Amino acid sequence: MAGKIETPPLTGDKLPIPPVSPGAMANLSPNRAAEGHNTFLNFPGVRVGDWKEKAVEKMGDLLDKYKSLRVFMDICVKCGSCTDKCHYFLGTGDPNNMPVARQELMRKVYRKEFTLGGKLFPGLSRAEEMSEDVLAQWWSYYHQCSQCRRCSVYCPYGIDTAEISMAAREIMDSVGVGQKYCNEILGKVLEIGNNLGINPHALANTLEFVEEEQEEESQVKVRYPMDESGADVLLIAPSADFFSSPHIEGFTGYGKIFHEAGVSWTVSSYASEFANFGMFIGSYDTMRRVAERIREAAHDLKVKRIVVGECGHAWRVGYSFWNTLIGPFDFLDPSYRTPTHICEFTWDLIQRDGVKLDKSANDERVVTFHDSCNVSRASRMGDMPGGQYDIPRNIIKAVCNHFVDMDEETIKEATYCCGGGGGLLTDELMDLRVKGALPRANALHGVMESHGVNTMAMICAICKAQFTKVLPYYHIPMDMVASVHQLVSSAVVLGGKKGV
Amino acid sequence: MAFELNGKKYETDEDGYLLNLDDWDKDVANFLAQQEGVDMTEAHWEVVDFLREYYDEYKIAPMIRILTKAIGKKLGPDKGNTKYLYELYPGGPAKQACKIAGLPKPTGCV
Repeated sequence: MAGKIETPPLTGDKLPIPPVSPGAMANLSPNRAAEGHNTFLNFPGVRVGDWKEKAVEKMGDLLDKYKSLRVFMDICVKCGSCTDKCHYFLGTGDPNNMPVARQELMRKVYRKEFTLGGKLFPGLSRAEEMSEDVLAQWWSYYHQCSQCRRCSVYCPYGIDTAEISMAAREIMDSVGVGQKYCNEILGKVLEIGNNLGINPHALANTLEFVEEEQEEESQVKVRYPMDESGADVLLIAPSADFFSSPHIEGFTGYGKIFHEAGVSWTVSSYASEFANFGMFIGSYDTMRRVAERIREAAHDLKVKRIVVGECGHAWRVGYSFWNTLIGPFDFLDPSYRTPTHICEFTWDLIQRDGVKLDKSANDERVVTFHDSCNVSRASRMGDMPGGQYDIPRNIIKAVCNHFVDMDEETIKEATYCCGGGGGLLTDELMDLRVKGALPRANALHGVMESHGVNTMAMICAICKAQFTKVLPYYHIPMDMVASVHQLVSSAVVLGGKKGV
Repeated sequence: MAFELNGKKYETDEDGYLLNLDDWDKDVANFLAQQEGVDMTEAHWEVVDFLREYYDEYKIAPMIRILTKAIGKKLGPDKGNTKYLYELYPGGPAKQACKIAGLPKPTGCV
């Protein structure tokens, strides 16, 4: 709904650096988690009495546990490279949304508590002890970071603000100050099996519906099975794929690809979620508990391999962390990578000429591709460096005749976050979400004007949900947003090849 | 949080969604719709009724396409699409319509 939030007109040209507007976003505050949401994740239910001491103690633990965090605290030389790289700064002008300033909110406490200079001469060192004011700044501005890591690409030292914001959230959770959106959802995934809280009865109904509708449309039966022991593939999708549009259209496409490949597959009602918000709150323990369900399901269903759907941050968790988090996967077939991304699976099938595609099915579309932050900057795909950029584009070009990239300063490793990642996809942060989408909306506007782009495809459930909500604020229609496998789905000629 | 209507108090979450499903009735729906700036017509009620029916059976709101298909069947095929649902509920069929139907807020990557 295009409401009261004001957005500047888009030009498609390089965005100007906004005038600095101190405190512009200082009042932004996500909803607090209820007591039960916190305790379910083994955090104190409410803020503990000696929270300042406990927070500093936790910071000390994290500095010892994650050497990277200590290096990030020590190494910044205030060169300024990062200052104009954050989409939230570009969209809001609030100087605390410059990555260096966001980092300083933690660094000033670090200097006070963990450096000699800060302890002896706090004034000279700009050191500050933990206080109500500092906590309020942390609460607001560490929830104005989508952990997209764009700033780290431009930092000569590679300081990763995402890791600092994860640590800050972990410290806050550890003293009973939790964010509702993430913690409530983590409760649902641990209790029911997915973020949305879709129980097995409802999931079965949803899959049946997809199966029937697909058959009605194409006159060919494609199966969308659940809990089928002995299937070759366990498919782990983000649960938005079972609920929203254009997510479900992508999910329909996964099924067609498996069908054409002649590979049996199943969804699990126990582990029906790829998303893992444990990463957003910096909690290794929670991240492991969420991921563990997937390992259990793969084991119990006796599958040979795990293929995962279009979900950005979870691909980071799966690609970069699963092996040490829930591995080894010695019970799976070692000939396949664990996990395999659905894009890797599809591109492999296309390369082996295992699926017949009719590109003209997408002829009304002029497509561009939005690189999702965690896929772009925290993972890879396939066997080649840059595979995470090339494979989705190759797939799109194989199923569409008209493809064009957005401005090169806004794609691939330089991609801009959708504005809703990192646990910020919640209504009370809509002002931030709309403003943070400005750089992407502007680049999109550029190719809409220059090339008549009418479709922006992507492989992340959060990006899809965020853009369908915020693009209308920029007078860009929501139906512009597409799943990559939705385009695949349209182009697949069912029964056209023998697969594998 | 809470609101009062006809002398009765209704508990809600931070976003104004009813905490207790059984508190819902047509008056409450009309009140919530008014808060949202939605003028309830027969088509709006069809959506609300379907959402409540589905929730009753499945304890969750339906996938968007299940909803659009059901509405298409009731109101005609030209109405069975997301665009029409957004015309009825500009705040989104999942979130705004669920709120007026007295269902919990769907949260996740939605």
